[in-house]
Amino acid sequence: MNKEVVCIVCPMGCHIKVKKDENLYLGYTVEGNKCKRGKEYGIKELTNPTRIITTTVKIKNSHLRRLPVKTNEPVAKDKIFECMKVINKVSIKAPIKVGDVVLENILDTGVDIVASRSM
Amino acid sequence: MLNYDIVVIGGGPAGLAAAIEAKKNGVKDILVIERDRELGGILQQCIHNGFGLHVFNEELTGPEYAEKFIDELKNQGIEYMLDTMVLDITEDRKISAINTENGLMNIHAKALILSMGCRERTRGAINIPGTRPAGVFSAGTAQRFINMEGYMVGKKVVILGSGDIGLIMARRMTLEGAKVEAVAELMPFSGGLTRNIVQCLDDYNIPLLLSHTIIEIKGKERVEGVVIAKVDENRKPIPGTEKHIECDTLLLSVGLIPENELSLKAGVNIDPRTNGPIVNESMETKVKGIFACGNVVHVHDLVDFVTKESKKAGKSASKYVLGELVEKEEIIKTNADEGIGYIVPQRIRMSNVDEKLELFMRVKDVYKNVKLVIKADGEVIKEFKRKHLAPGEMEIISLNSSLLEGKQVSNISVSVKGA
Amino acid sequence: MYDVAIIGAGIIGSFISRELSKYDLKTVLLEKDNDVSNGTTKANSAIIHAGYDALFKTNKGKFNALGNPMFDKVCKELDVPFKRIGSYVVAYNEKEIKTLKELFKNGKKLGIPDMEIINGDELRKREPNLSDEIVAGLYAKTAGIVGPFELCIALCENAVENGVELLLNYEVNNIEKTKSGFKITSNEKSIEAKYVINCAGVYADEINNMVNKSKFKITPRRGQYYLLDKSANGLVNSVIFQCPNEMGKGVLVTPTVHGNILVGPNSEDIMDKEGTQTTSNSLKFVKESASKSIKNIPFNEVITTFSGLRAEPTGGDFIIEESDTEGFINVAGIKSPGLSASPAIAEHVVEIIKEINDGLKENKDFNPIRKEMVRFSELDDQKKAELIKKDERYGRIICRCENVTEGEIVDVINRLVGARTVDGVKRRTRPGMGRCQGGFCGPRVVEILARELGKSVEEIVKSNKESYIITEETKGDIDYDKKEKKLALS
Repeated sequence: MNKEVVCIVCPMGCHIKVKKDENLYLGYTVEGNKCKRGKEYGIKELTNPTRIITTTVKIKNSHLRRLPVKTNEPVAKDKIFECMKVINKVSIKAPIKVGDVVLENILDTGVDIVASRSM
Repeated sequence: MLNYDIVVIGGGPAGLAAAIEAKKNGVKDILVIERDRELGGILQQCIHNGFGLHVFNEELTGPEYAEKFIDELKNQGIEYMLDTMVLDITEDRKISAINTENGLMNIHAKALILSMGCRERTRGAINIPGTRPAGVFSAGTAQRFINMEGYMVGKKVVILGSGDIGLIMARRMTLEGAKVEAVAELMPFSGGLTRNIVQCLDDYNIPLLLSHTIIEIKGKERVEGVVIAKVDENRKPIPGTEKHIECDTLLLSVGLIPENELSLKAGVNIDPRTNGPIVNESMETKVKGIFACGNVVHVHDLVDFVTKESKKAGKSASKYVLGELVEKEEIIKTNADEGIGYIVPQRIRMSNVDEKLELFMRVKDVYKNVKLVIKADGEVIKEFKRKHLAPGEMEIISLNSSLLEGKQVSNISVSVKGA
Repeated sequence: MYDVAIIGAGIIGSFISRELSKYDLKTVLLEKDNDVSNGTTKANSAIIHAGYDALFKTNKGKFNALGNPMFDKVCKELDVPFKRIGSYVVAYNEKEIKTLKELFKNGKKLGIPDMEIINGDELRKREPNLSDEIVAGLYAKTAGIVGPFELCIALCENAVENGVELLLNYEVNNIEKTKSGFKITSNEKSIEAKYVINCAGVYADEINNMVNKSKFKITPRRGQYYLLDKSANGLVNSVIFQCPNEMGKGVLVTPTVHGNILVGPNSEDIMDKEGTQTTSNSLKFVKESASKSIKNIPFNEVITTFSGLRAEPTGGDFIIEESDTEGFINVAGIKSPGLSASPAIAEHVVEIIKEINDGLKENKDFNPIRKEMVRFSELDDQKKAELIKKDERYGRIICRCENVTEGEIVDVINRLVGARTVDGVKRRTRPGMGRCQGGFCGPRVVEILARELGKSVEEIVKSNKESYIITEETKGDIDYDKKEKKLALS
């Protein structure tokens, strides 16, 4: 398994090549990175890329019709659209405080959807 | 006539930080005037994360970042008016404003802080020919519709401009079910952060077309498509490279312009390079007692830097009110030399500078492994190595005041030099 | 059965309808679009020409000369912005000075007052930004500028107030001569009228050809413009024309009644009667051409570009006459100076009707005065304060570029001939006309329209029927897989 990724750890934007190599302790060779953090990032992007999802849910009894929310932890990248499907069905009522959980343990990932503002 | 020590115009991140800092520095009567129905400004619609890494050492969404300041403002007991529009300001800091509750108000401030932010460049400003159908939105307008009002503005989308707002909106529209056909960028490089290109475009297989522009909008009533073309090194479309993309929506993310119509009414002078007021080390404009901060002065890339700059404005305004600001002194001019687009502040009075003199600037092109060379009256006083510089990213340099102490300097210049 | 059916609610149809509302007649004004003032009237130079240009003994010459002096009164009655700012035709050489002299002579024949030819230096004293190459200019004091769509909307409002019926979304498909008059058919319903007045602009040929043996053709002649921000105000203080040529009056630079600067138009004959797109070549031509007469036009202050279609008739002159079908009156080919001529044309058309009808009875209840418009930003402080006290919605600014309040927006929606679309609101009270082009106020205007009209936000359109703004609410049932939105995972 090989992968080329653009590193986003800093603004340099290194093009990193990650290659599986069973003989190594880490299990991978990483080329093109200029720092240690780039190496970690490259391996993570190959093995288990994750992202924070930021989106909205429906809210009632408020001056706005949507409440901004986010995942309190990153979720697996390939689960983003599945998560969106679930989040899109959520509808809550104001008042709500920033950080309040609006949906627990989405898709059994252990990640919660939390309000990113009070309303 | 209402009287305040400090009136802040605009309750976005700049105004909030300035007001809080002024209060912390001993000024009591402060009023923040906000035209929207709530405080926080444009942050309230920037629901993505990535804010706050410098100020709070954590990644926050726009509303979370705003809420921290709004809470602080309220805790400090600072007065604010919502849904209130300032119609006029004068050189002697008289403000006329209206809202539904109090009607027309005349307010006098000992010091005034301008923090009105910026607006988006429009289709008209960049002259895209074609029809004028519905479905052409500036990226920020679309962002407000989708994130705050809960309405989708289109299903098949082309985005012009790869600044961060354009990139963020590509992901947002995709997550809400639209198909983003492409992001076109006039320049040979993106104006946005690499991280946003990766996470907003690459993640979703959205093509980024560098050195491309839109040369025609099609569709009689609603957008039916756009014609894109490659551009040459002079940014002129190359004949024969035209391609039609079917879409119902065009989002424009083609730059921001500081909103200084009010500033001009007060006689503030504008730097044509920043489109914002010319300010000094205290973020004070040419008009005594009128300060400015945030995107009204120059367009920032990160809100964290807005906060930093606005704190300085708030602190300086409080000093001014308390009579602590040193008004009379030799002025050092800053000068954007080779490779530098602009520098803020444009004027410096050393007596008001603490240990460090901070210069905010933007470069004109993408550079790798170069030096930023600082000269005082032509003589090199400091060099900073930089691995990576890009016009999309603001550069901040911090100079020890001791470098300039005891010297009769009249000019500080910054230039980019190959390493 | 109506007495008169007017086809087309542009400036001509609207003026005629208001003129007819002074008489005891059952008049209907038919408009194919969902708002009045939606064709040529919304996109032109907005100038009331002094009248020296169109030739003596033509309809254009006659009605321009008659129309110009009529604007003060009608704009006052209808509370429409109008300013007499004067105009200059500039000349670069001897040949063009000759043209100026011809224009002057023609103007004299037509009875145009207050004209003079002045030299280049005097010209630059009055208009400092004029090019140094200019050697002379023809000044005409009576030239003016007007808000053309504001005037058209005001005319319709006043006409409706005085009894005229307005049918929007009424596209005429067929006209049949009947014993007692005409049967007019659209997709929706047919109506009957004793007389028909054809004011259909670029479509006037098609309307005429439905009824008459004697055909004519209207060619859309497109003109493209730049509109500059109010910050360019003062660039010129009067209308600056170049010397006319066979394609028209050339590119002009003028202030607008609202303090912007308008630059254009070019002139190109096209096929498509809806072809109001702008093109880069023509805009480039306009820019270069205007830069010859005016120094340092701040094209970096452009807020929008647009184009309009002039109705160019075969024969070249206005067609204003009863056609070969009795009771069917053509008012066609009303290209420039149509706006300037419009009040005089309207009076003349009423004379034609009077003649066919053996006189007309006056409408004793005719009220020439339109309910005043509120222009909040132009009021003094005391008036502003009073207004907000009376109605708090005047205390909420929706459009920050033009300082338009919610009160004004609600007013233009709820008036007779009220706004139904975002562009309709914009033309009536200006939110979105400014430098941000509706970026900030757009969503608020949509919301107010929906609220006032009792519609959903999705139903609000920009201008025509299909110009929807919102596609749907977010958080619907989205099938992400079907839309081929696979993540990049490889």
